[in-house]
Order: sequence, then C-alpha cells, then structure tokens
Amino acid sequence: MYRKDGRSYFVVDGHTHFWDGSPANQINRYGEGFIKCFHDYHSNLSPDEYKWTLEEFERYPEERLLHDLFEVGYDDVAILQSTYLTDWFVNGFNTTAQNGEIAERHPGRFIVNGRFDPRDGEAGLEHLERLHERWQLPGVKLYTAEWKGDSKGWKLSDPWAYRYLEKCEALGIRNIHVHKGPTVYPMNRDAFDVADVDDAATAFPGLRFIVEHVGLPRLEDFCWIATQEPNVYGGLAVAMPFLHSRPRYFAQIIGELLYWLGENRVLFGSDYAIWQPKWLVEKFVDFQIPQDMQAEYGVLTPTAKRKILGLNAARLYDIKVPGELDIADPGGGPAPEAATA
Amino acid sequence: MSPTSAEVWAALSGVCDPELDRPITDLGFVASVQVTPVVRVELRLPTYFCAPNFAWLMVADARDAVSGLPGAGPVSVVLLDHFASDEINAAAFDAAFDTDGTDPTLSSLRLIFERKAHVAAQERLARCLAPYHDLSAMTLADAARFAPDAAAAVARRRSRAGIASAFAVCDDTGAALPPEKLPGWLRFARTVRVSIDGNAALCRGLLETRYGLTRAGP
Repeated sequence: MYRKDGRSYFVVDGHTHFWDGSPANQINRYGEGFIKCFHDYHSNLSPDEYKWTLEEFERYPEERLLHDLFEVGYDDVAILQSTYLTDWFVNGFNTTAQNGEIAERHPGRFIVNGRFDPRDGEAGLEHLERLHERWQLPGVKLYTAEWKGDSKGWKLSDPWAYRYLEKCEALGIRNIHVHKGPTVYPMNRDAFDVADVDDAATAFPGLRFIVEHVGLPRLEDFCWIATQEPNVYGGLAVAMPFLHSRPRYFAQIIGELLYWLGENRVLFGSDYAIWQPKWLVEKFVDFQIPQDMQAEYGVLTPTAKRKILGLNAARLYDIKVPGELDIADPGGGPAPEAATA
Repeated sequence: MSPTSAEVWAALSGVCDPELDRPITDLGFVASVQVTPVVRVELRLPTYFCAPNFAWLMVADARDAVSGLPGAGPVSVVLLDHFASDEINAAAFDAAFDTDGTDPTLSSLRLIFERKAHVAAQERLARCLAPYHDLSAMTLADAARFAPDAAAAVARRRSRAGIASAFAVCDDTGAALPPEKLPGWLRFARTVRVSIDGNAALCRGLLETRYGLTRAGP
C-alpha cells in the first residue's frame, strides 16, 4: 500500500519475476544475450540510485526480492509470471514450480501464474492440468516468441493454442497474459503482431487477455484490438519506467490507453527485477499529464491511478481489497466478479 | 576510384529502419565505415534480439545504397552483435537470398511499415495545419504552402509506400478522407505516430546504453 497526500493506494504488481539468469544457468549465447538485453533495459530506464551491476542482476536472493517488493516497495500482492526459456537456461529462467515455492513460503504475498506451450501437444495439456492441481493457477503467462528446437515461436490462433485455451477455460484459469517478442522465422512475419490476440479474445470471451507491455512496439495495433474486444487488457510493464526518463512520452502512452481502453482495463506491473515498484509507484502517483498536453489527453485522476495501481488487477484476480482502499464505484467497467477466494 | 567515407555515410543516410521510420545514421546504427579501398560498413542494433527481419532489410538496403555509388566495387555490410549475425551476414552473399531487399516475403512486411510511416507523417502534417483548414479537401501542394517541411515528409513517405494521391491526407489507397471520417482517422493516426516516435526513442536509448554512447543532440 502506498499513501500520499491523504490518499491510499492498494498496489497489485501485475508483473514480477524471480529469475536465474546467471552464467551457471545459461546454456548458450542466447541465454547470455537475453539477460544482457534485460540488463540494458534496466540500466537505460532506471534512476541511477536503482541501478544494479550485471552480476547482481543475473541472480538475486529471495531476501532482496521481498525487500524490494514489500519492504521498501509498496506492493500488497505481486504476481509472479513464469518464464521458462528452457532452450536457453538449464533450470529455466523462472518456472512455475520455482515461483510456487516462494509463494508458499510467503502466504498472501504472491500470486503464481503458470505457463503453457502449445507445441508440447497432448502431453503438455496433461502437464498443465497437473500444474494447476499443484499450484491452483489463476492465470498463465505466455511467451509466443519462445524457442523450442527448430521452432522460433507460435501464435495464439494456432489450433493447438486453442486446445490449451479450452483447457484453461475448463480448469478456471482465466487470466491469460501474453508477451510478444521477436521471433525469427518466417522472416516476413512481424513477430510483435498482436492480431492473434484478437482472434483468441473473440473465440474465448470467458478468458481475459492481458497484453504485456501494452503491445509495445505495436501500441496502435493493441489499442485497436482492445477497442473491439472487451476482454483485452493492457499490462503497463516496460511502459512504466518512461515516467523517469521520458515523462512526456509516458503521458502520451497513458493518454492513448485511457482514450482507447479507459481506466478499467490498464494494469500496473513493475517487471521486477528490471524495474522496482518503489520508484515506479511514487512517480506514478506524483505524475500528471503535462499542462500543454491536457487539451489532448485530459488529466489522470486519483481514481484512475488507484484502479491502475491495484484495483483493476484485484478484480481480475479476486483479491480482497481492504474496504478503505477500495472505491465504491468501479466506474462503468466490467462488473466486479463474485469473490471466490 | 573508391567513394569517400563521406559519400558512403551520405548514401547510408538514405537507408531507414522500416519500423522506426528514421535513417539508420540518425539512429546510431552505423558503427563504422571503412574505405580501404574496399568499402566495409558495420551496423549495430539496440539489442541482441532486435527483430531479425528488420535487421535483414537494413543490411540489404545499406548494401544496395552503397553499391550504387560510382566506383564502389564489392561492398561488405556486416551486422555486429546480433543473435542472427552469422546467418544474416552469410546470407548477404548467398544467391539464395534476394540481396536487393525486394524479396516478396519481406516486401509485404515492409509495406505495412511504410504505410504506417505515411499515416504518422500525415498526422504530423495535420497538426501543423489544424484547426485552420478543411483538411479533407486540401491538396498536398496547398498544404506545402503552410507547412513545407511536414508536407515534404508526407510526400517522401507516400512515394516510398507506393501511394499516389494529390490530397494532403489520404488513406492507403490514396482516396481522400470524407469530413465525417477524418477526425476518427486522425485520432488513430495519432496513436500510430506516438507508437513510432516512442519506439524510436526507446531504441536510441537502448543503443546508447548497450554501447556506452553519450547522447548526441536532442
């Protein structure tokens, strides 16, 4: 929870990781390239006092995670997004089981999202069922650019992906986080294309599709899809840190999102350990659309900030929000779900 | 006689990142140019995992631009520090690949981004003109009287995208936007422009971090 100027904000961090990107866990130059690429994002967009060395960044202890998220950070609940990348990292980058173990050690703090890969076929469907039995997954994080042998990626609209989404629906796994990244083949494919999210969101109206990084670098395509599909949401991980280095650009992104999606379908995420929730939340609460842009984009109200920082995610994940931190009127978005937790 | 280094740089300034709609020389993607006397150009990108299809297009376009200089002879364009460097550098000399960058599988992808760049340029032009003009009837020639730079930018992108139209603002087929459709069209065009500008800024920042560069210019 964060308090500023007499207002309180319940914080659900929709995108966090506890990874092992250390050289000992890297299989090949791709794993090394991956963690270095993350570190460049971290270094480029973090305030100086929050920068880590590559070595610190490759692997950090559990105490540091807890400290950064909950002690100095303002997260009430953090969602751990599983990212396997087992072609690049010996034990995976961060698997459901690894995330689940931390969550069990710190009850009430973490939500664990699993993952599936449609290229795993029938066996993968059973595996997903077992994962769900063991960890009661409220969601999954999908990385369509993940390599697997000769395949360099997949699409949500693939027939096998539909089989897995049907399975999610049957199991009650309703939150589908989608992350796009560069794939290799075929060369004529735009790997960041979000069109397959449109197909899947239409085919599965009972699932929610949270597009990570608000579709960047395809913000416009993401916004377009989200206006057509009420079950598409935007995760702000990667967009948030522009608050520090390029606040006017952040104003444009958040302005576009509020225009196309409205304030009920945008979710905060730090992408920890790439960035830390402490400074992101502080700067977000202090942030306002610059005066000269307000004619175009309006203002970011305290209510919108409260929804984006936690209340929207709490609604999707059935997280109980303490009464004084909630707002009476969720403001015309999808009706709040009946609490099952 | 071989071209000079300055001539090679000038030729490279005509090569754009298709996705960011900016010259690779402005983006800092040209790491080095050597004329000794064989021309060798090294390109670098903001991340190890930048989309390989765009990387390929830039390598192919850079080769075409420099090879077109008088006396250039054999030209080598090398992509550094990329997960697909080996494949792309080898393919640049492989007859199996269409090294002029007009491979039909890639040209359709390129066209998508040329159209986006055209849309964004028109939105920038509209911002220079609005709210004083009736944009749906205005010609590009008229627009150029009020906003010459922005209109020229539209014209460049329009020709690159293969769109023929006399209108200041038109859709991908070259047709004018009727007044009732124009505001909505421009509103979406703004999102396209925000996306392209933001990506360019992010990519430039990442490149600076990756190679320890100090920021030059604004």
